[in-house]
Amino acid sequence: MTPESTETGPLAGFLRFARALGRASLRGVDAVGGMAIFMAAGLAQIFANARIFPRTLRQTYVIGYQSLFVILLIGIFCGMVLGLQGYYTLVQFGSVGLLGSAVSLTLIRELGPVLTAIMLTGRAGSSMAAEIGVMRITDQIDALDVMDINSMGYLVSPRLLASLISFPLLTAIFDVIGILGGYLTGVCMLGINEGVYFYKIAHAVTMSDVSGGFIKAVVFGLLVSTVCCHQGYCAHLRRDSVGPEAVGNATTSAVVISCVLILAADYVLTSFLL
Amino acid sequence: MDAWDIEFHDLTVGYGRMAVLRDINATLPAGKVSVILGGSGCGKSTLLRHIIGLSRPIAGEIRIGGHDLFRLDARDFRRVRRHMGVLFQDGALLGALTLAQNVALPLSEHLRLPRRLLREAALRVLGMVGLAEFADYYPNQLSGGMRKRAGLARAIIAEPRVLLCDEPTSGLDPITAARMDDLLLSLHAQYAEMTLVVVSHDLESLKRIADYVLVLRDGAAVFAGTLAELETSGDAYLRQFLRREAGPEERAFREPPNPEVRAALEKWLRS
Repeated sequence: MTPESTETGPLAGFLRFARALGRASLRGVDAVGGMAIFMAAGLAQIFANARIFPRTLRQTYVIGYQSLFVILLIGIFCGMVLGLQGYYTLVQFGSVGLLGSAVSLTLIRELGPVLTAIMLTGRAGSSMAAEIGVMRITDQIDALDVMDINSMGYLVSPRLLASLISFPLLTAIFDVIGILGGYLTGVCMLGINEGVYFYKIAHAVTMSDVSGGFIKAVVFGLLVSTVCCHQGYCAHLRRDSVGPEAVGNATTSAVVISCVLILAADYVLTSFLL
Repeated sequence: MDAWDIEFHDLTVGYGRMAVLRDINATLPAGKVSVILGGSGCGKSTLLRHIIGLSRPIAGEIRIGGHDLFRLDARDFRRVRRHMGVLFQDGALLGALTLAQNVALPLSEHLRLPRRLLREAALRVLGMVGLAEFADYYPNQLSGGMRKRAGLARAIIAEPRVLLCDEPTSGLDPITAARMDDLLLSLHAQYAEMTLVVVSHDLESLKRIADYVLVLRDGAAVFAGTLAELETSGDAYLRQFLRREAGPEERAFREPPNPEVRAALEKWLRS
Protein backbone atom coordinates (compact mmCIF):
# COMPACT_ATOMS: atom_id res chain seq x y z
CA MET A 1 0.00 0.00 0.00
CA THR A 2 1.46 3.38 -0.99
CA PRO A 3 1.55 6.22 1.59
CA GLU A 4 -0.81 8.36 -0.49
CA SER A 5 -3.55 5.75 -0.45
CA THR A 6 -3.81 6.02 3.35
CA GLU A 7 -3.85 9.83 3.49
CA THR A 8 -7.05 11.63 4.42
CA GLY A 9 -7.92 15.11 5.59
CA PRO A 10 -7.66 18.56 4.04
CA LEU A 11 -3.95 18.23 3.16
CA ALA A 12 -4.25 14.87 1.39
CA GLY A 13 -4.86 16.39 -2.05
CA PHE A 14 -1.98 18.81 -1.66
CA LEU A 15 0.38 16.05 -0.53
CA ARG A 16 -0.56 13.90 -3.51
CA PHE A 17 0.07 16.87 -5.81
CA ALA A 18 3.42 17.59 -4.10
CA ARG A 19 4.48 13.97 -4.48
CA ALA A 20 3.48 13.84 -8.13
CA LEU A 21 5.35 17.10 -8.72
CA GLY A 22 8.40 15.69 -6.92
CA ARG A 23 8.33 12.51 -8.99
CA ALA A 24 7.94 14.45 -12.22
CA SER A 25 10.84 16.73 -11.23
CA LEU A 26 13.07 13.74 -10.44
CA ARG A 27 12.17 12.13 -13.76
CA GLY A 28 12.99 15.41 -15.50
CA VAL A 29 16.39 15.68 -13.77
CA ASP A 30 17.02 12.00 -14.59
CA ALA A 31 16.18 12.58 -18.27
CA VAL A 32 18.39 15.69 -18.51
CA GLY A 33 21.25 13.84 -16.79
CA GLY A 34 20.82 10.85 -19.09
CA MET A 35 20.87 13.07 -22.14
CA ALA A 36 23.98 14.94 -20.93
CA ILE A 37 25.83 11.64 -20.39
CA PHE A 38 24.65 10.48 -23.83
CA MET A 39 25.99 13.69 -25.41
CA ALA A 40 29.33 13.36 -23.61
CA ALA A 41 29.66 9.72 -24.69
CA GLY A 42 28.81 10.63 -28.29
CA LEU A 43 31.33 13.49 -28.35
CA ALA A 44 34.02 11.32 -26.75
CA GLN A 45 33.55 8.68 -29.46
CA ILE A 46 34.31 11.32 -32.13
CA PHE A 47 37.90 11.20 -30.97
CA ALA A 48 37.98 7.44 -30.25
CA ASN A 49 36.52 6.30 -33.56
CA ALA A 50 39.07 5.74 -36.31
CA ARG A 51 36.42 5.55 -39.04
CA ILE A 52 34.55 8.71 -38.09
CA PHE A 53 35.42 10.61 -41.27
CA PRO A 54 33.59 8.57 -43.96
CA ARG A 55 30.52 8.16 -41.75
CA THR A 56 30.45 11.88 -40.94
CA LEU A 57 30.73 12.67 -44.64
CA ARG A 58 27.72 10.46 -45.35
CA GLN A 59 25.71 12.05 -42.53
CA THR A 60 26.72 15.56 -43.63
CA TYR A 61 25.29 14.66 -47.04
CA VAL A 62 22.04 13.44 -45.43
CA ILE A 63 21.64 16.24 -42.87
CA GLY A 64 23.20 19.07 -44.86
CA TYR A 65 22.98 18.59 -48.60
CA GLN A 66 19.61 16.85 -48.62
CA SER A 67 18.12 19.68 -46.53
CA LEU A 68 19.51 22.40 -48.77
CA PHE A 69 16.45 22.81 -50.98
CA VAL A 70 14.02 23.23 -48.09
CA ILE A 71 16.37 25.73 -46.42
CA LEU A 72 16.60 27.75 -49.64
CA LEU A 73 12.83 27.72 -50.00
CA ILE A 74 12.11 28.76 -46.41
CA GLY A 75 14.94 31.31 -46.48
CA ILE A 76 13.71 33.13 -49.57
CA PHE A 77 10.09 33.35 -48.38
CA CYS A 78 11.16 34.35 -44.87
CA GLY A 79 13.27 37.19 -46.30
CA MET A 80 10.45 38.28 -48.60
CA VAL A 81 7.94 38.40 -45.76
CA LEU A 82 10.40 40.32 -43.59
CA GLY A 83 10.95 42.78 -46.44
CA LEU A 84 7.22 43.28 -46.91
CA GLN A 85 6.37 43.64 -43.21
CA GLY A 86 9.45 45.78 -42.57
CA TYR A 87 8.66 48.12 -45.45
CA TYR A 88 5.07 48.81 -44.34
CA THR A 89 6.20 49.38 -40.74
CA LEU A 90 9.14 51.61 -41.64
CA VAL A 91 7.21 53.64 -44.20
CA GLN A 92 5.01 54.99 -41.38
CA PHE A 93 8.12 56.57 -39.85
CA GLY A 94 9.66 57.59 -43.15
CA SER A 95 12.59 55.22 -42.57
CA VAL A 96 12.32 52.74 -45.43
CA GLY A 97 16.04 53.15 -45.99
CA LEU A 98 16.58 51.06 -42.85
CA LEU A 99 14.91 48.03 -44.41
CA GLY A 100 18.26 46.37 -45.30
CA SER A 101 19.55 46.58 -41.74
CA ALA A 102 16.19 45.46 -40.28
CA VAL A 103 16.02 42.37 -42.51
CA SER A 104 19.68 41.40 -42.15
CA LEU A 105 19.90 41.85 -38.37
CA THR A 106 16.64 39.95 -37.80
CA LEU A 107 17.87 37.10 -39.97
CA ILE A 108 21.49 36.92 -38.81
CA ARG A 109 20.80 37.33 -35.10
CA GLU A 110 17.55 35.41 -34.65
CA LEU A 111 15.52 33.96 -37.47
CA GLY A 112 18.38 32.40 -39.42
CA PRO A 113 19.70 30.12 -36.67
CA VAL A 114 16.27 29.42 -35.13
CA LEU A 115 14.31 28.68 -38.31
CA THR A 116 17.17 26.66 -39.81
CA ALA A 117 17.40 24.57 -36.64
CA ILE A 118 13.62 24.02 -36.55
CA MET A 119 13.53 23.06 -40.22
CA LEU A 120 16.46 20.68 -39.76
CA THR A 121 14.74 19.16 -36.74
CA GLY A 122 11.71 18.34 -38.88
CA ARG A 123 13.71 17.29 -41.92
CA ALA A 124 16.77 15.50 -40.49
CA GLY A 125 16.23 15.18 -36.72
CA SER A 126 13.02 13.19 -37.07
CA SER A 127 14.71 10.86 -39.52
CA MET A 128 17.65 10.36 -37.10
CA ALA A 129 15.26 9.42 -34.28
CA ALA A 130 13.19 7.10 -36.47
CA GLU A 131 16.19 5.38 -38.09
CA ILE A 132 18.00 4.75 -34.81
CA GLY A 133 14.70 3.77 -33.14
CA VAL A 134 14.00 1.14 -35.80
CA MET A 135 17.55 -0.15 -35.43
CA ARG A 136 16.95 -0.43 -31.69
CA ILE A 137 13.70 -2.40 -31.87
CA THR A 138 15.00 -4.73 -34.60
CA ASP A 139 18.08 -5.74 -32.54
CA GLN A 140 20.50 -4.02 -34.94
CA ILE A 141 22.07 -1.99 -32.12
CA ASP A 142 22.39 -5.13 -29.98
CA ALA A 143 24.02 -6.83 -32.97
CA LEU A 144 26.59 -4.01 -33.18
CA ASP A 145 27.36 -4.37 -29.47
CA VAL A 146 27.75 -8.14 -29.79
CA MET A 147 30.16 -7.63 -32.72
CA ASP A 148 32.21 -5.42 -30.37
CA ILE A 149 31.36 -2.36 -32.46
CA ASN A 150 30.69 0.67 -30.29
CA SER A 151 27.13 1.62 -31.24
CA MET A 152 27.62 5.19 -30.00
CA GLY A 153 30.66 5.61 -32.21
CA TYR A 154 29.00 3.91 -35.16
CA LEU A 155 25.62 5.65 -35.04
CA VAL A 156 25.63 8.72 -32.81
CA SER A 157 29.04 10.39 -33.12
CA PRO A 158 28.92 10.82 -36.93
CA ARG A 159 25.48 12.42 -36.63
CA LEU A 160 26.65 14.77 -33.86
CA LEU A 161 29.69 15.84 -35.86
CA ALA A 162 27.72 16.17 -39.10
CA SER A 163 25.19 18.38 -37.30
CA LEU A 164 27.97 20.56 -35.89
CA ILE A 165 29.17 21.06 -39.47
CA SER A 166 25.81 21.33 -41.25
CA PHE A 167 23.82 23.60 -38.94
CA PRO A 168 26.16 26.67 -39.18
CA LEU A 169 26.65 26.20 -42.94
CA LEU A 170 22.92 25.97 -43.62
CA THR A 171 22.30 28.90 -41.29
CA ALA A 172 24.74 30.99 -43.33
CA ILE A 173 22.95 29.97 -46.55
CA PHE A 174 19.58 30.76 -44.96
CA ASP A 175 20.83 34.24 -43.95
CA VAL A 176 22.15 35.07 -47.42
CA ILE A 177 19.04 33.79 -49.21
CA GLY A 178 16.81 35.62 -46.69
CA ILE A 179 18.64 38.90 -47.37
CA LEU A 180 18.10 38.29 -51.09
CA GLY A 181 14.40 37.69 -50.37
CA GLY A 182 14.24 41.05 -48.59
CA TYR A 183 15.99 42.58 -51.62
CA LEU A 184 13.36 41.08 -53.95
CA THR A 185 10.44 42.66 -52.10
CA GLY A 186 12.15 45.86 -50.87
CA VAL A 187 14.15 46.79 -53.98
CA CYS A 188 12.56 44.96 -56.93
CA MET A 189 8.89 45.23 -55.88
CA LEU A 190 8.61 48.25 -53.58
CA GLY A 191 11.27 50.45 -55.16
CA ILE A 192 13.80 51.05 -52.37
CA ASN A 193 17.19 52.14 -53.66
CA GLU A 194 19.47 49.14 -54.17
CA GLY A 195 22.57 50.94 -52.92
CA VAL A 196 20.81 52.10 -49.75
CA TYR A 197 19.58 48.53 -49.06
CA PHE A 198 23.06 46.99 -49.22
CA TYR A 199 24.84 49.99 -47.65
CA LYS A 200 22.59 49.73 -44.59
CA ILE A 201 23.32 46.00 -44.32
CA ALA A 202 27.08 46.59 -44.46
CA HIS A 203 26.73 49.44 -41.97
CA ALA A 204 24.50 47.63 -39.45
CA VAL A 205 25.84 44.08 -39.37
CA THR A 206 28.92 43.60 -37.21
CA MET A 207 31.19 40.60 -36.80
CA SER A 208 29.68 39.89 -33.37
CA ASP A 209 26.23 39.53 -34.98
CA VAL A 210 27.59 36.97 -37.44
CA SER A 211 29.60 35.06 -34.84
CA GLY A 212 26.63 35.15 -32.43
CA GLY A 213 24.45 33.56 -35.12
CA PHE A 214 27.04 30.86 -35.73
CA ILE A 215 27.40 30.14 -32.01
CA LYS A 216 23.64 29.67 -31.84
CA ALA A 217 23.68 27.39 -34.88
CA VAL A 218 26.42 25.20 -33.36
CA VAL A 219 24.58 24.94 -30.03
CA PHE A 220 21.28 24.14 -31.77
CA GLY A 221 23.03 21.50 -33.90
CA LEU A 222 24.43 19.83 -30.81
CA LEU A 223 21.08 19.97 -28.99
CA VAL A 224 18.99 18.70 -31.91
CA SER A 225 21.31 15.82 -32.83
CA THR A 226 21.70 14.77 -29.18
CA VAL A 227 17.97 14.83 -28.46
CA CYS A 228 17.00 13.06 -31.70
CA CYS A 229 19.68 10.36 -31.43
CA HIS A 230 18.90 9.86 -27.73
CA GLN A 231 15.17 9.46 -28.32
CA GLY A 232 15.78 6.86 -31.01
CA TYR A 233 18.54 5.07 -29.10
CA CYS A 234 16.34 4.75 -26.00
CA ALA A 235 13.08 3.98 -27.86
CA HIS A 236 12.96 0.53 -26.21
CA LEU A 237 12.96 2.09 -22.74
CA ARG A 238 9.80 4.16 -23.27
CA ARG A 239 7.08 3.63 -20.69
CA ASP A 240 4.19 4.71 -22.91
CA SER A 241 4.60 2.25 -25.77
CA VAL A 242 6.59 -0.62 -27.25
CA GLY A 243 7.71 -1.73 -30.71
CA PRO A 244 6.86 0.39 -33.77
CA GLU A 245 4.59 2.63 -31.70
CA ALA A 246 7.55 3.44 -29.45
CA VAL A 247 9.57 4.50 -32.51
CA GLY A 248 6.71 6.76 -33.61
CA ASN A 249 6.42 8.29 -30.15
CA ALA A 250 10.19 8.66 -29.89
CA THR A 251 10.21 10.55 -33.20
CA THR A 252 7.42 12.85 -32.05
CA SER A 253 9.17 13.46 -28.72
CA ALA A 254 12.44 14.15 -30.51
CA VAL A 255 10.87 16.89 -32.65
CA VAL A 256 8.87 18.46 -29.79
CA ILE A 257 11.76 18.44 -27.28
CA SER A 258 14.19 19.75 -29.89
CA CYS A 259 11.91 22.65 -30.84
CA VAL A 260 11.32 23.63 -27.21
CA LEU A 261 15.05 23.40 -26.47
CA ILE A 262 15.92 25.49 -29.54
CA LEU A 263 13.66 28.32 -28.38
CA ALA A 264 14.75 28.08 -24.74
CA ALA A 265 18.44 27.97 -25.69
CA ASP A 266 17.88 30.88 -28.07
CA TYR A 267 16.60 33.01 -25.22
CA VAL A 268 19.53 32.07 -22.96
CA LEU A 269 22.13 32.60 -25.70
CA THR A 270 20.61 35.91 -26.77
CA SER A 271 20.76 37.17 -23.18
CA PHE A 272 24.50 36.42 -23.09
CA LEU A 273 25.29 37.60 -26.62
CA LEU A 274 23.49 40.94 -26.54
CA MET B 1 41.27 -23.62 -30.45
CA ASP B 2 39.75 -24.90 -27.20
CA ALA B 3 36.03 -25.49 -27.09
CA TRP B 4 34.11 -23.38 -24.58
CA ASP B 5 31.28 -24.61 -22.43
CA ILE B 6 28.62 -22.39 -20.88
CA GLU B 7 27.83 -22.79 -17.20
CA PHE B 8 24.93 -21.32 -15.26
CA HIS B 9 25.36 -21.20 -11.48
CA ASP B 10 22.31 -20.27 -9.36
CA LEU B 11 21.39 -17.93 -12.19
CA THR B 12 18.40 -15.62 -11.84
CA VAL B 13 17.65 -13.41 -14.82
CA GLY B 14 14.90 -10.96 -15.74
CA TYR B 15 14.17 -7.34 -16.45
CA GLY B 16 14.94 -4.79 -13.75
CA ARG B 17 14.04 -6.51 -10.49
CA MET B 18 11.40 -8.75 -12.10
CA ALA B 19 12.82 -12.28 -12.35
CA VAL B 20 11.86 -14.31 -15.40
CA LEU B 21 14.03 -17.36 -14.68
CA ARG B 22 15.21 -18.39 -11.21
CA ASP B 23 18.08 -20.51 -9.87
CA ILE B 24 19.20 -22.05 -13.14
CA ASN B 25 22.04 -24.55 -12.72
CA ALA B 26 23.21 -26.24 -15.90
CA THR B 27 26.19 -26.65 -18.20
CA LEU B 28 25.86 -26.48 -21.98
CA PRO B 29 28.73 -28.76 -23.05
CA ALA B 30 31.64 -27.54 -25.15
CA GLY B 31 31.71 -28.49 -28.80
CA LYS B 32 28.12 -29.81 -28.80
CA VAL B 33 24.79 -28.60 -30.10
CA SER B 34 22.63 -27.51 -27.18
CA VAL B 35 19.00 -26.54 -27.57
CA ILE B 36 17.29 -24.30 -25.04
CA LEU B 37 13.69 -25.38 -25.31
CA GLY B 38 10.49 -24.02 -23.84
CA GLY B 39 7.07 -22.59 -24.60
CA SER B 40 6.54 -19.08 -25.86
CA GLY B 41 7.33 -16.44 -23.24
CA CYS B 42 9.16 -18.85 -20.90
CA GLY B 43 12.35 -16.75 -20.94
CA LYS B 44 14.49 -18.46 -23.60
CA SER B 45 15.43 -15.25 -25.39
CA THR B 46 15.93 -13.49 -22.04
CA LEU B 47 18.46 -16.16 -21.08
CA LEU B 48 20.17 -15.72 -24.46
CA ARG B 49 20.48 -11.94 -23.93
CA HIS B 50 22.27 -12.68 -20.64
CA ILE B 51 24.61 -15.25 -22.21
CA ILE B 52 25.75 -12.68 -24.77
CA GLY B 53 26.14 -10.03 -22.09
CA LEU B 54 23.43 -7.61 -23.22
CA SER B 55 21.76 -7.77 -19.80
CA ARG B 56 23.16 -8.38 -16.33
CA PRO B 57 21.75 -11.22 -14.23
CA ILE B 58 19.82 -10.43 -11.06
CA ALA B 59 21.81 -13.12 -9.22
CA GLY B 60 24.20 -15.98 -9.91
CA GLU B 61 26.82 -16.28 -12.60
CA ILE B 62 27.34 -17.25 -16.22
CA ARG B 63 30.73 -18.78 -17.01
CA ILE B 64 31.77 -19.05 -20.62
CA GLY B 65 34.92 -21.05 -21.25
CA GLY B 66 35.63 -20.64 -17.54
CA HIS B 67 35.30 -16.84 -17.62
CA ASP B 68 32.74 -15.39 -15.23
CA LEU B 69 31.22 -13.02 -17.74
CA PHE B 70 29.96 -10.34 -15.38
CA ARG B 71 33.02 -10.19 -13.12
CA LEU B 72 35.39 -9.40 -15.98
CA ASP B 73 36.59 -5.85 -16.51
CA ALA B 74 35.38 -4.08 -19.65
CA ARG B 75 38.40 -5.01 -21.76
CA ASP B 76 38.34 -8.73 -20.85
CA PHE B 77 34.57 -8.81 -21.24
CA ARG B 78 34.94 -7.53 -24.83
CA ARG B 79 37.79 -10.01 -25.40
CA VAL B 80 35.54 -12.94 -24.39
CA ARG B 81 32.58 -11.62 -26.37
CA ARG B 82 34.72 -11.45 -29.50
CA HIS B 83 34.56 -15.24 -29.50
CA MET B 84 30.78 -15.29 -29.66
CA GLY B 85 28.66 -15.14 -32.78
CA VAL B 86 24.97 -14.41 -32.54
CA LEU B 87 22.13 -15.00 -34.97
CA PHE B 88 19.25 -12.76 -33.88
CA GLN B 89 15.64 -13.74 -34.56
CA ASP B 90 15.21 -11.73 -37.75
CA GLY B 91 18.91 -11.60 -38.61
CA ALA B 92 19.33 -8.01 -37.29
CA LEU B 93 21.12 -7.00 -40.48
CA LEU B 94 21.87 -3.30 -40.90
CA GLY B 95 19.38 -1.97 -43.41
CA ALA B 96 21.76 0.58 -44.94
CA LEU B 97 24.39 -2.02 -45.88
CA THR B 98 24.39 -4.72 -48.56
CA LEU B 99 24.63 -8.35 -47.53
CA ALA B 100 28.36 -8.44 -48.29
CA GLN B 101 28.95 -5.27 -46.24
CA ASN B 102 26.80 -6.63 -43.40
CA VAL B 103 28.60 -9.94 -43.32
CA ALA B 104 32.05 -8.34 -43.53
CA LEU B 105 31.21 -5.81 -40.79
CA PRO B 106 32.91 -7.63 -37.87
CA LEU B 107 36.11 -7.81 -39.93
CA SER B 108 35.95 -4.36 -41.55
CA GLU B 109 35.47 -2.70 -38.15
CA HIS B 110 38.29 -4.44 -36.34
CA LEU B 111 40.88 -5.40 -38.94
CA ARG B 112 42.82 -3.29 -41.40
CA LEU B 113 42.29 -5.37 -44.48
CA PRO B 114 41.94 -4.29 -48.11
CA ARG B 115 38.38 -4.14 -49.45
CA ARG B 116 39.11 -6.98 -51.85
CA LEU B 117 39.96 -9.38 -49.01
CA LEU B 118 36.94 -8.29 -46.96
CA ARG B 119 34.64 -8.97 -49.90
CA GLU B 120 36.29 -12.34 -50.52
CA ALA B 121 35.77 -13.30 -46.88
CA ALA B 122 32.13 -12.17 -47.03
CA LEU B 123 31.50 -14.08 -50.26
CA ARG B 124 33.05 -17.21 -48.77
CA VAL B 125 30.65 -17.32 -45.81
CA LEU B 126 27.72 -16.16 -47.92
CA GLY B 127 28.53 -19.10 -50.19
CA MET B 128 28.44 -21.42 -47.18
CA VAL B 129 24.86 -20.32 -46.46
CA GLY B 130 23.90 -20.33 -50.16
CA LEU B 131 23.63 -16.57 -50.62
CA ALA B 132 26.77 -15.67 -52.60
CA GLU B 133 24.75 -14.44 -55.57
CA PHE B 134 22.79 -12.06 -53.31
CA ALA B 135 25.91 -10.33 -51.96
CA ASP B 136 24.94 -6.94 -53.34
CA TYR B 137 21.29 -7.07 -52.28
CA TYR B 138 19.99 -5.04 -49.34
CA PRO B 139 18.28 -6.87 -46.45
CA ASN B 140 14.83 -5.51 -47.31
CA GLN B 141 15.10 -7.17 -50.74
CA LEU B 142 15.32 -10.65 -49.16
CA SER B 143 12.88 -13.10 -47.61
CA GLY B 144 12.85 -13.80 -43.85
CA GLY B 145 14.68 -17.10 -44.32
CA MET B 146 17.38 -15.48 -46.45
CA ARG B 147 17.86 -12.73 -43.86
CA LYS B 148 18.33 -15.40 -41.19
CA ARG B 149 20.92 -17.19 -43.31
CA ALA B 150 22.73 -13.91 -43.94
CA GLY B 151 22.64 -13.23 -40.18
CA LEU B 152 24.17 -16.65 -39.68
CA ALA B 153 26.90 -15.85 -42.20
CA ARG B 154 27.74 -12.65 -40.28
CA ALA B 155 27.75 -14.59 -36.99
CA ILE B 156 30.33 -17.11 -38.24
CA ILE B 157 32.65 -14.87 -40.26
CA ALA B 158 34.91 -14.28 -37.26
CA GLU B 159 34.96 -18.05 -36.51
CA PRO B 160 33.49 -17.85 -33.01
CA ARG B 161 34.01 -20.46 -30.31
CA VAL B 162 30.37 -20.09 -29.28
CA LEU B 163 27.56 -19.60 -31.80
CA LEU B 164 24.17 -18.65 -30.38
CA CYS B 165 21.05 -18.75 -32.54
CA ASP B 166 17.76 -17.23 -31.43
CA GLU B 167 14.89 -19.21 -32.95
CA PRO B 168 16.59 -19.85 -36.31
CA THR B 169 13.62 -21.76 -37.74
CA SER B 170 10.72 -19.67 -36.42
CA GLY B 171 8.52 -18.23 -39.15
CA LEU B 172 10.03 -20.51 -41.83
CA ASP B 173 8.15 -23.09 -43.90
CA PRO B 174 9.06 -26.74 -43.07
CA ILE B 175 11.42 -27.16 -46.03
CA THR B 176 13.31 -23.90 -45.34
CA ALA B 177 13.39 -24.77 -41.63
CA ALA B 178 14.88 -28.21 -42.42
CA ARG B 179 17.48 -26.50 -44.64
CA MET B 180 18.37 -24.17 -41.78
CA ASP B 181 18.84 -27.20 -39.49
CA ASP B 182 21.07 -28.88 -42.06
CA LEU B 183 23.03 -25.68 -42.42
CA LEU B 184 23.60 -25.47 -38.66
CA LEU B 185 24.71 -29.11 -38.59
CA SER B 186 27.08 -28.66 -41.52
CA LEU B 187 28.56 -25.55 -39.89
CA HIS B 188 28.98 -27.47 -36.69
CA ALA B 189 30.69 -30.28 -38.59
CA GLN B 190 33.02 -27.77 -40.24
CA TYR B 191 33.86 -25.97 -36.97
CA ALA B 192 34.00 -29.02 -34.73
CA GLU B 193 35.25 -27.07 -31.71
CA MET B 194 32.40 -24.59 -31.86
CA THR B 195 29.76 -24.73 -29.13
CA LEU B 196 26.40 -24.22 -30.78
CA VAL B 197 23.46 -23.02 -28.68
CA VAL B 198 20.05 -22.85 -30.31
CA VAL B 199 17.04 -21.26 -28.64
CA SER B 200 13.92 -22.84 -30.05
CA HIS B 201 10.48 -24.27 -29.50
CA ASP B 202 10.59 -26.22 -32.77
CA LEU B 203 10.38 -29.94 -31.93
CA GLU B 204 11.36 -31.14 -35.40
CA SER B 205 14.44 -28.98 -35.25
CA LEU B 206 15.22 -30.24 -31.74
CA LYS B 207 15.17 -33.85 -32.90
CA ARG B 208 17.39 -33.14 -35.89
CA ILE B 209 20.14 -31.12 -34.27
CA ALA B 210 20.24 -31.46 -30.47
CA ASP B 211 23.00 -33.22 -28.55
CA TYR B 212 21.97 -31.62 -25.28
CA VAL B 213 18.69 -30.06 -24.18
CA LEU B 214 17.79 -27.52 -21.50
CA VAL B 215 14.03 -27.20 -20.99
CA LEU B 216 12.60 -24.08 -19.34
CA ARG B 217 9.15 -23.81 -17.82
CA ASP B 218 7.46 -21.46 -15.33
CA GLY B 219 10.66 -19.58 -14.58
CA ALA B 220 12.83 -22.64 -13.93
CA ALA B 221 14.93 -25.25 -15.71
CA VAL B 222 12.85 -28.44 -15.58
CA PHE B 223 15.21 -30.64 -17.58
CA ALA B 224 18.87 -30.66 -18.55
CA GLY B 225 20.27 -33.68 -20.34
CA THR B 226 20.78 -35.42 -23.64
CA LEU B 227 18.08 -35.75 -26.29
CA ALA B 228 17.79 -39.48 -25.58
CA GLU B 229 17.22 -38.77 -21.88
CA LEU B 230 14.57 -36.20 -22.77
CA GLU B 231 12.72 -38.63 -25.01
CA THR B 232 12.63 -41.30 -22.32
CA SER B 233 11.75 -38.91 -19.51
CA GLY B 234 8.70 -39.81 -17.42
CA ASP B 235 7.93 -36.18 -16.59
CA ALA B 236 4.31 -35.41 -17.55
CA TYR B 237 5.03 -31.88 -18.83
CA LEU B 238 7.96 -33.02 -20.97
CA ARG B 239 5.87 -35.83 -22.49
CA GLN B 240 3.06 -33.37 -23.14
CA PHE B 241 5.50 -30.91 -24.75
CA LEU B 242 7.13 -33.54 -26.95
CA ARG B 243 3.71 -34.84 -28.10
CA ARG B 244 2.44 -31.28 -28.70
CA GLU B 245 -0.63 -31.77 -26.44
CA ALA B 246 -2.58 -28.86 -24.97
CA GLY B 247 -2.65 -28.64 -21.18
CA PRO B 248 -5.76 -28.02 -19.01
CA GLU B 249 -5.20 -24.23 -19.09
CA GLU B 250 -5.21 -24.27 -22.90
CA ARG B 251 -8.37 -26.42 -22.94
CA ALA B 252 -10.16 -23.67 -21.01
CA PHE B 253 -10.15 -21.64 -24.22
CA ARG B 254 -12.40 -24.22 -25.81
CA GLU B 255 -15.28 -23.04 -23.60
CA PRO B 256 -17.97 -21.16 -25.57
CA PRO B 257 -17.89 -17.35 -25.39
CA ASN B 258 -20.24 -15.33 -23.20
CA PRO B 259 -23.82 -15.48 -24.65
CA GLU B 260 -24.07 -11.69 -24.85
CA VAL B 261 -20.81 -11.50 -26.80
CA ARG B 262 -21.96 -14.34 -29.08
CA ALA B 263 -25.36 -12.65 -29.70
CA ALA B 264 -23.69 -9.32 -30.53
CA LEU B 265 -21.20 -11.06 -32.80
CA GLU B 266 -23.92 -12.97 -34.66
CA LYS B 267 -25.90 -9.74 -35.09
CA TRP B 268 -22.83 -8.04 -36.56
CA LEU B 269 -22.05 -10.96 -38.86
CA ARG B 270 -25.68 -10.96 -40.16
CA SER B 271 -25.67 -7.20 -40.78
